[in-house]
Amino acid sequence: MSTYNKSMALTGEPPKSLSLNQKMAVFLGTSGLGILLLAVFNVSFPNKTLWLTLSLLAITIGVIWFSWDAYSQKLPGIKNDGVWFKSISSHGLWGWIAGLALTGFYIVLYFYPEYLGLVSDGENKGVIALFDPLSQLLSGNPASQWFVYGTLYTVAILAFGIKFLWKYRHNRYERLRTVSVMFFQTAFAFIIPELMARLNGDKILNGGSLPYYDLKNIWPLNYYNFEGYRIKMFLSSGEIGFALLIFGILSIFVITPILTYKYGKRWYCSWVCGCGGLAETAGDSFRQLSDKSTFAWKVERWVVHSVVVFVTLMTTAVIYSYLGTDTSKYWLTKSTFLIGVAVLLTLVFGWAMIFKRDQLQKDAQYGAIGYFVIILALIGFHFFSGDGEVFLFKSGTLRKSYSFLIGSIFSGVIGTGFYPIFGSRVWCRFGCPMAAILGFQQRLFSRFRITTNGGQCISCGNCSVYCEMGIDVRAYAQKGENIVRSSCVGCGICSAVCPRGVLKLENGPLEGRIDSNQVLLGNDVDLMTLVNKK
Amino acid sequence: MEHVVIIGNGISGVTAARHIRKLSDKKITIISAESEYFFSRTALMYVYMGHMKFEHTQPYENHFWKKNNIELVHGYVAKVDTEQKLLYLADKSSLNYDKLVIATGSKPNKFGWPGQDLDGVQGLYSKQDLELLEENAPNNKVCKRAVIVGGGLIGIELAEMLRTRDIPVTFLVREKSFWNSVLPSGESEMINEHIREHHIDLRLGTSLQEIHPDENGRVKSVTLAETGEEIECNLVGLTAGVTPNIDFLKDSGIALGRGVKVNRFLETNVKDVYAIGDCAEQHEAIGNRRPIEAVWYTGRMMGEALAQTICGNRMAYNPGHWFNSAKFLDIEYQTYGWVFSERNKKENEVHFHWRHPNEKICITIAFDKESETLLGINTFGIRLRHHVFDQWLSEQRSIDFAMEHLVDANFDPEFYKNFESQIVSKYNADFGKSISLKKRNLKRIFKIA
Repeated sequence: MSTYNKSMALTGEPPKSLSLNQKMAVFLGTSGLGILLLAVFNVSFPNKTLWLTLSLLAITIGVIWFSWDAYSQKLPGIKNDGVWFKSISSHGLWGWIAGLALTGFYIVLYFYPEYLGLVSDGENKGVIALFDPLSQLLSGNPASQWFVYGTLYTVAILAFGIKFLWKYRHNRYERLRTVSVMFFQTAFAFIIPELMARLNGDKILNGGSLPYYDLKNIWPLNYYNFEGYRIKMFLSSGEIGFALLIFGILSIFVITPILTYKYGKRWYCSWVCGCGGLAETAGDSFRQLSDKSTFAWKVERWVVHSVVVFVTLMTTAVIYSYLGTDTSKYWLTKSTFLIGVAVLLTLVFGWAMIFKRDQLQKDAQYGAIGYFVIILALIGFHFFSGDGEVFLFKSGTLRKSYSFLIGSIFSGVIGTGFYPIFGSRVWCRFGCPMAAILGFQQRLFSRFRITTNGGQCISCGNCSVYCEMGIDVRAYAQKGENIVRSSCVGCGICSAVCPRGVLKLENGPLEGRIDSNQVLLGNDVDLMTLVNKK
Repeated sequence: MEHVVIIGNGISGVTAARHIRKLSDKKITIISAESEYFFSRTALMYVYMGHMKFEHTQPYENHFWKKNNIELVHGYVAKVDTEQKLLYLADKSSLNYDKLVIATGSKPNKFGWPGQDLDGVQGLYSKQDLELLEENAPNNKVCKRAVIVGGGLIGIELAEMLRTRDIPVTFLVREKSFWNSVLPSGESEMINEHIREHHIDLRLGTSLQEIHPDENGRVKSVTLAETGEEIECNLVGLTAGVTPNIDFLKDSGIALGRGVKVNRFLETNVKDVYAIGDCAEQHEAIGNRRPIEAVWYTGRMMGEALAQTICGNRMAYNPGHWFNSAKFLDIEYQTYGWVFSERNKKENEVHFHWRHPNEKICITIAFDKESETLLGINTFGIRLRHHVFDQWLSEQRSIDFAMEHLVDANFDPEFYKNFESQIVSKYNADFGKSISLKKRNLKRIFKIA
């Protein structure tokens, strides 16, 4: 018994080495990354178009080749064999190395783009120069670090999307969902905004320029959408610009609530969103690493809602800062705007507290009251303290710290860089204010739920382990309760991995949606009524 | 304060403890020799397969027990003194009880095969069995071939587990077709095909003769009873069913049959001693059920019922409609009501069977020949809504009604291909009916008036 390692009694040493095909695929993919890395170190490639194409193809084919070898030869079904034996997907050495590498990449990308070869006035160098031809082709402009990032992001979603499609080829919900995120990333996040840039200065925009606008990116996820410079650009770009501005406002106040009511927040988080798209494809191998403890859930509630408060304050302050005071020039002035914000928040808060209070956890109630009081106090304070800074802060400072702390550090460095450490949805779960707002609605006013199937749960825990949002799904299923959680993004994996057919994502009537009956079907009917009485 | 002691921290014992805690503030102690905390036995296979780590099989966080004031004792009960109401543990300590719940579960069957106690021969039931399997079959270098004896649910799970580590498996099934004492032939046949698809060497109508040791007393090979063929192997998995784990009760005065004898109130012959779960044996079987029900769900249900009795509301174990589920490699199986195999079927039971032309999907519905009342349904590769079928069985609906409303019972994930129209047209053809399928109706499904 020489191979038996006592210290790892239950994880053993199963044969999870890579096959020859997989090794070659890894080599190919890595060499594609290698070209990019050489470019970073200013190795000059004679024919940029050729080498960029080679690099991106090598990465894509490497991923597809690997997945083909891993899945296509096997019968359709759940493919989680050895997930917790592989170093990369179980907090092993490779997991930490990947985490550090990704984190490093994000730090350079956000804070030191010059190391990637960004030259603001003059010809790009390094890896950014390598992407110049592609950028010229799409938008007619030289590449920036964001173009490089956007391209790699899209390649990742497409290549790993194909992997995911193979892995879940027996599951039509997963297939459609994945095709959807692949489409929205490629078209909406990548190609359309680049092409839109070609219109800039055209007479169709009255000679104006549109801001870079990924149409599916909705405030507060794109916290900058209503900043002064963008509003100016929208308003100077004729009817199209104006329509886009209106679309941005409607997105959050009309479109989002309707779709979330009908389908839950999954319509956005796991069908459309780019952050979700990356998490569901490239991040799929790390979904099981999310923390399921009740402690983590508590942290999640406080952190994510604090971000909502932060982004609301910040956006209010930013809009406030560029509004005028003279009602005769423009109807929306500093004061009317602030009063409007206060009224809107009061309406939402009042509605939740009056009609839905019993559906909120104790600490959610305290938190909501706390936040509400703070915001109203700040708005009130403003009116009493006279003109000047809003909420005691300079709007610029507020905006800068949000963009640094939340926009860069949280969503990028931690959110994606830490995939192999905290799981694939760290940002969506702890940081995304959009997810929190959609979640608030999903919990209180939506037809969506995950139905638990009578008494069929065997408490195995597959659902909880593979929930990327760290929801302890089993805790509900084994009691016979439906799962109606604000954080649920509706990826459907809990239902897919369930070996007993217990879970189903569905939209149905509000009535009886949150079924607090802790009674499992199968036992004596009288006993069930009795137990349910509590 | 009354002290309730529960021996066994499986689903039955833990459910009883949880419900007793809900109903009362009695002192509760759970004793287990197997594991420190409650874990889901059904999930052990996923630990070996690398889908989960062992701690993931524990449905409650470790602080749950203290928070709910349920005391856990990690120890083995060697003897029960019902006169003194005293338990003696293997470490010589003892424990008083006022009420005792025996929930000790099962142990794998051994039928006296020569060589059944050799190294490398094991069952698959407990956490210790899993640890042993990790020693006996860590990979296909150490375990070049495994032979599994017994074609039931554990057998096929063990085969699936070993295949994830590319260990060649020979699967000995005594019956002519896999699990055909329970499954009707069409279904059983489909599972045979699926087992072979997974490159498992399935030997039907084959039983074990003898297990041979090597010079170190480890298993070396087995011989088959029917052909005398010798198969070299490094692991023999004995998965021919389970027996109640009650040896420690032999001289306790508690009446024993194959299991601990209980009445409908789950009471034994000794006052204040109860038995639930796999180890309990009903004096008389309830309906079509077996006197010993070694099933996750029934264990849970007995725990729920007994908690009422212990807390002063004496209540019989009165299970509702039978249901069960399993997964055969990639094929999910659910059953509601009773569908018997050809072997055990009564004369009045008629079957309607549909199978997908090329995918591994099928369905069998049993109904009464005379009244055409629904008796039960088996589905493979289609999920069904438990409460809908439960309701139809309670309302004694006819098979025609079920066919008409079949869409309401579907529980497959959204966007899945549905086969109800094919199923109904085959039903119409088979039985000369002209049922037309009703559309899916949310009001009916969610029981809203």
